[in-house]
Amino acid sequence: MTTFMGQPHSEAIGYSFTQTASVPIKEHSFYPYTDNGGSTLGITGSDFAILAGDTRSVAGYNINSRYVPKVFKIGGDDETGDGAHILLSVVGFAADGQALKERLDAVVKMYKYQHGKSMSVGACAQRLSTILYQKRFFPYYVHAILAGLDEDGKGALYSYDPVGSYEREQCRAAGSAASLIMPFLDNQVNFKNQYIPGSGEGHALEPKRAEPLPRDTVERLVRDAFTSAVERHIEVGDGLQMMVITSAGIEEIYYPLKKD
Amino acid sequence: MNHFPEAWGRPRDDIYGPYNPSYLQTTGPKAYTQSPAVTGTSVVAVKFNGGVAIAADNLASYGSLSRFTDVKRLRKFGDTAVIGFSGDVSDMQYIDRLLDSIDIRENYSAHGNTLNAKNLHTYLSKVLYKRRSEFNPLWNHILVAGFDDNKKPFLSSADLLGTTFSAPHLATGFGAHLAIPILRRLFPEERPVEEISKDEAVTALRECIKVLWYRDARSLDKYSLAVITAQGIDIQEDQQVEAQSWAFAETIKGYGAQVN
Amino acid sequence: MAGFDFTNYNRNAALHAKGVPLPKATSTGTTIVGCIFDNGVVIAADTRATSGPIVADKNCEKLHYISPKIWCAGAGTAADTEFTTALISSNVELHALSTGRPPRVITCMTMLKQWLFRHQGHIGAYLVVAGTDVSGPGLYTVHAHGSTDKLPYVTMGSGSLAAMSVFESMWKAQLNREEAVALCAEAIKAGIFNDLGSGSNVDVCVIENDKPTQLLRNYLRPNERGQKERNYRFPKGTTAYLNQKIISKEDMRKYVTVEEASGDPNLMEVDM
Repeated sequence: MTTFMGQPHSEAIGYSFTQTASVPIKEHSFYPYTDNGGSTLGITGSDFAILAGDTRSVAGYNINSRYVPKVFKIGGDDETGDGAHILLSVVGFAADGQALKERLDAVVKMYKYQHGKSMSVGACAQRLSTILYQKRFFPYYVHAILAGLDEDGKGALYSYDPVGSYEREQCRAAGSAASLIMPFLDNQVNFKNQYIPGSGEGHALEPKRAEPLPRDTVERLVRDAFTSAVERHIEVGDGLQMMVITSAGIEEIYYPLKKD
Repeated sequence: MNHFPEAWGRPRDDIYGPYNPSYLQTTGPKAYTQSPAVTGTSVVAVKFNGGVAIAADNLASYGSLSRFTDVKRLRKFGDTAVIGFSGDVSDMQYIDRLLDSIDIRENYSAHGNTLNAKNLHTYLSKVLYKRRSEFNPLWNHILVAGFDDNKKPFLSSADLLGTTFSAPHLATGFGAHLAIPILRRLFPEERPVEEISKDEAVTALRECIKVLWYRDARSLDKYSLAVITAQGIDIQEDQQVEAQSWAFAETIKGYGAQVN
Repeated sequence: MAGFDFTNYNRNAALHAKGVPLPKATSTGTTIVGCIFDNGVVIAADTRATSGPIVADKNCEKLHYISPKIWCAGAGTAADTEFTTALISSNVELHALSTGRPPRVITCMTMLKQWLFRHQGHIGAYLVVAGTDVSGPGLYTVHAHGSTDKLPYVTMGSGSLAAMSVFESMWKAQLNREEAVALCAEAIKAGIFNDLGSGSNVDVCVIENDKPTQLLRNYLRPNERGQKERNYRFPKGTTAYLNQKIISKEDMRKYVTVEEASGDPNLMEVDM
């Protein structure tokens, strides 16, 4: 075939092997994604990590349900998630989020069965990245945040884009109100645009240094972030689900939000 | 005959003209059914103390044509679950056949466990999600009503994208706009399901079907209603919308200045 | 009647064709309703204005004055509802002056529909017109394309179905004032809690045959803001600056009149 196609004889007769007219790709009216709205946020401290998300599920201008969790325990011993030491939050297209969560949960469980020890958060973070990238050309339409405690017992937080690019961070907001919450977090957690009063003149003024916040402060910041996001974003509301991971385990806290 | 076996049996371009390859199967995606044809409209359901009630009208529309007026869109599975279908009727019948085969297999199996509504919902949502991921969706939005593993009332939804969510009351299609506000007003989320009686739930569903009959142009005044309790499934498929009120119509004359 | 300025029409059409997006107008996502009762008519609205998924105004007014006994609830593009009702309000006033009679609701409705029909739907105003006149209470809806409807109870906006579900299951003939207000408020609440385009408070306007019109601004406030848990006051000197210039009151007096405030600290919160 190659010889025939590659070097046409001067006296060769054409036999229509090449497709002259390119066939137009058929149009699909079916769109496989939807946006279920909502927002999530994660903050780490010196010995804990918090993942939070609102519990509203949205379709257009409708509320599907006022209680659909976005934060999950990964690699627990049973259906309730007891014994888990990793948290995952997913926001975006809920069906993809559910599928992604179930895959990662299976992976972490299999790791434990095969190696006889639990998966480290760092390894799980890397694995989640590859799971996302495997679907590079038909992505999981979600913004994921992974949280746990690292080998030193410090809070660890990893945030992802839909195709698997990831980074360890102190804090991250994702979802529809991310653009409202993230600047607040930059200012209140990493003290961006805050300087130490009287520490110098002009360029010599010293920036306020970021340091890990205590758990109580972080919980209050999370609640303030969400009660404020509810005021200005129509897709955020109904309830706030917070999961706090410490060396003692995972604690789940529910806090009602406005329902309008 | 020539020395190019690839060309044997092919028409010569110089005699027959170049072959038009657009008739051949190409690398483009396969053309599946990408839009629904014969469709059913809303399904509404609500949980009550000790069970779940679910209702859907008996109409199958063909576009704006009221095509089949005696179609049963509530389907029993075993004696613990009812599935309500909206969307494409042929896809509904396909899922129905799928469920029949599972039901038969379950009944022949030795373990004796019957699948409950929760298991069924998990299964169906995965079928729907798999089909959407293959770009070959089953064009349905379904509600699954029954009991979960702990024998508590269960009600959950799954759509053609594989999105799932659960709430004390659910509705598909136009019902999401018209019936949900009624159900949320009668049974606020903070009111425990244990306080809602069976009669209250059934009365509310009949009211919802009536309002849908008033305002959904693709609905019918004949409907089916199923009540699932620990005692079993009570399904009535020949209900009629009663006590309609057209009092508002008496005072209307025209759309502006007409007086008689 | 003043018209629109089309100077930039061709330029904007060319820009849009090249992919420049159209500017996004504030829309009042909205639930608005109206209901006739034995002695008058009541209209009600929610108070959320949105720009896409962002809440632009948490407590806006969607009930517009036309004349003392004719009021209008508006949904759609905020600017269009405001300017259209203001324009028709002026014309209704002039018409009343010219005829020497109080204006009728149907006159107002006809002026609105003819104005909107002339602009072929490009003015995105969806209105509920209500009022009382010599012929009794009147209630109409006017769509942006100019069609109208006359019914004893009406709803409009993105929350219209949620609100209509309340009317269809609770409305009865021969309502009194209290029942009509309660029904309209319930319909708006259905919109506020079930439709994302609607939210915050309930505004109500009651127009009765021989009583002054009552505008019940924030008749219900079912969505008070949650209390903030932390204090977000920054110590003075937190913000960096490279340069400062102080303009004293004396400098300003050269250009404008400066009046001393009463010294009441509640007048304005200023960190000293």
